[in-house]
Amino acid sequence: MPMVEIRDVFKTYDGGFQALGGVNLDIKEGEILALLGPNGAGKTTLISAICGITLPTSGTITVGGHDVVERYRQARSIVGLVPQEITLEPFEKVINTVRFSRGLFGLPRDDARIESILRKLSLWDKRDTPIRALSGGMKRRVLIAKALSHEPRVLFLDEPTAGVDVELRRDMWDIVNELKADGVTIILTTHYIEEAEAIADRVGVIDKGQILLVEEKDSLMNRMGHKELRVELDEPLTEVPGGFDGFDLRIERDGKALVYSYDTSAERTGIARLMAGLTDAGIAVRDVSTVQNSLEDIFVGLVSAKQEDEA
Amino acid sequence: MNWGAVIAIYKFEMARFFRTLTQSFVSPVISTSLYFVVFGAAIGSRIDQVEGVSYGAFIVPGLIMLSVITQAISNASFGIYFPKFIGTINELLSAPLSFLEIVLGYVGAAATKALFIGVVILATAALFVDVVIQNPLAMIAFLLLTCLSFALLGFIIGIWASNFEQLQLVPLLVVTPLVFLGGAFYSISMLPPFWQTVTLFNPVVYLISGFRWSFYGLADVPIGLSLLAIGGFTLLCLAVIWWIFKTGWRIRN
Ligand SMILES: Nc1ncnc2c1ncn2[C@@H]1O[C@H](COP(=O)(O)OP(=O)(O)O)[C@@H](O)[C@H]1O
Ligand SMILES: [Mg+2]
Repeated sequence: MPMVEIRDVFKTYDGGFQALGGVNLDIKEGEILALLGPNGAGKTTLISAICGITLPTSGTITVGGHDVVERYRQARSIVGLVPQEITLEPFEKVINTVRFSRGLFGLPRDDARIESILRKLSLWDKRDTPIRALSGGMKRRVLIAKALSHEPRVLFLDEPTAGVDVELRRDMWDIVNELKADGVTIILTTHYIEEAEAIADRVGVIDKGQILLVEEKDSLMNRMGHKELRVELDEPLTEVPGGFDGFDLRIERDGKALVYSYDTSAERTGIARLMAGLTDAGIAVRDVSTVQNSLEDIFVGLVSAKQEDEA
Repeated sequence: MNWGAVIAIYKFEMARFFRTLTQSFVSPVISTSLYFVVFGAAIGSRIDQVEGVSYGAFIVPGLIMLSVITQAISNASFGIYFPKFIGTINELLSAPLSFLEIVLGYVGAAATKALFIGVVILATAALFVDVVIQNPLAMIAFLLLTCLSFALLGFIIGIWASNFEQLQLVPLLVVTPLVFLGGAFYSISMLPPFWQTVTLFNPVVYLISGFRWSFYGLADVPIGLSLLAIGGFTLLCLAVIWWIFKTGWRIRN
């Protein structure tokens, strides 16, 4: 059974704007899913619908097998949310607002746990500071502490690293890895592809309120990825050698490298033919290496392909 | 029922109150004293007695009601509007809470604050005039019900309001005039007959009359009617809140 099950979810806001147009998605227990999409794609709306902040116009969502509308108590009690916007009571002390979050979930006070969370997030020294006196990065840490305070089994991080410093980003990944080791299911939204690439088990791509695809990160990269084969040469070339029709070739480093871009999912990559051709042409090869294209290229390819479909 | 959450909200709200305790405490004391100086001394020296009670003592129940009603509304409306305004309401919406628990936490805290201020005013008033409470039980019941029902009303206003102007509007345009015209500073019997009839359409009259009855045994309207009015008003507010809860009106858009 999936940890989160989203079926035919539509959301049309009061103004008439359709932010979600029939989303179907299963999120497995214990995985890290990155939801990748440009601004306005509907990522926050989708999370809001799962967490109970907004009601879907139609469709059903379950968390841990509990319908988020019918059995909201059971569903929400295992969900933690780190919102995209910094929303905190400005005059309250850090530790009180974190305790408050735990209290809202009906859990008994647990000072040891709160202390360990605050320490992990480098907030312990600031525990008695009113929130308005904290920097933006510190406030984001408070939001994370609040979400962790009630021991969620499913954690949503809505653009957790948008505009945060390197240190916080590193701490955040440490925490995410620890949580994953504890079996917590983690969903993060981002429009930074490196983030998805670095941390996710699976990647979902969302645009204009629709999920374009969901796939294992590795297989996605293999399936969709282009690789580049760099051939370092002994003697520089002045131009791309002839006789390689259909090969996507270019020269770099003043002709000292020949770069072949190929599709890893193609039946024949053409590498053998290229190498043989080079030997036949008497071009001496010093070294070869391959580079995998990033998710970014995949993503841009997907979104533009979709736009072309629609046009 | 998630009682832990109710307590968490209640404590969080009360902490806000205690952070500004001096302000919460000093302002009702000063304004009450001013009312006694202005109404008690200036007008009181001309009116002398109302139905056998000195004018200063006569206005005490009305003064308490005036403050309690305003405080209950403003605390409860601000209490729930502020999280809406700064976005922390999302935390409430994503917690395993029913609307009932949210209402209990916020309304409970707002009613407590109003009650506290009512008691402070009563104590301040006792410094200026001889306050007699003939029916302490009835007095407490009226005070509690008033705190509760107007905190409920304030909560509804806070949910309804989409900006700070609206938040001020209802108390300013509706509640304050009704309270001032509700016999806080005079007995209905002092009005010409026509205005006496008009006044009977003002619900606050029933409240103040009943509350004053619990002090001095004086009432403009029968005490049973007063109880009915405050009870009915509480039920009405509860019904509206139940409807808001059912529909998610202005909360889960
Ligand atoms: N409360 C709202 N009312 C009307 N439109 C909204 C509201 N919230 C978001 N939208 C619109 O819905 C779309 C999706 O928004 P959002 O879910 O925040 O996207 P993302 O998080 O992917 O950037 C956007 O076009 C946004 O303007
Ligand atoms: Mg967003």
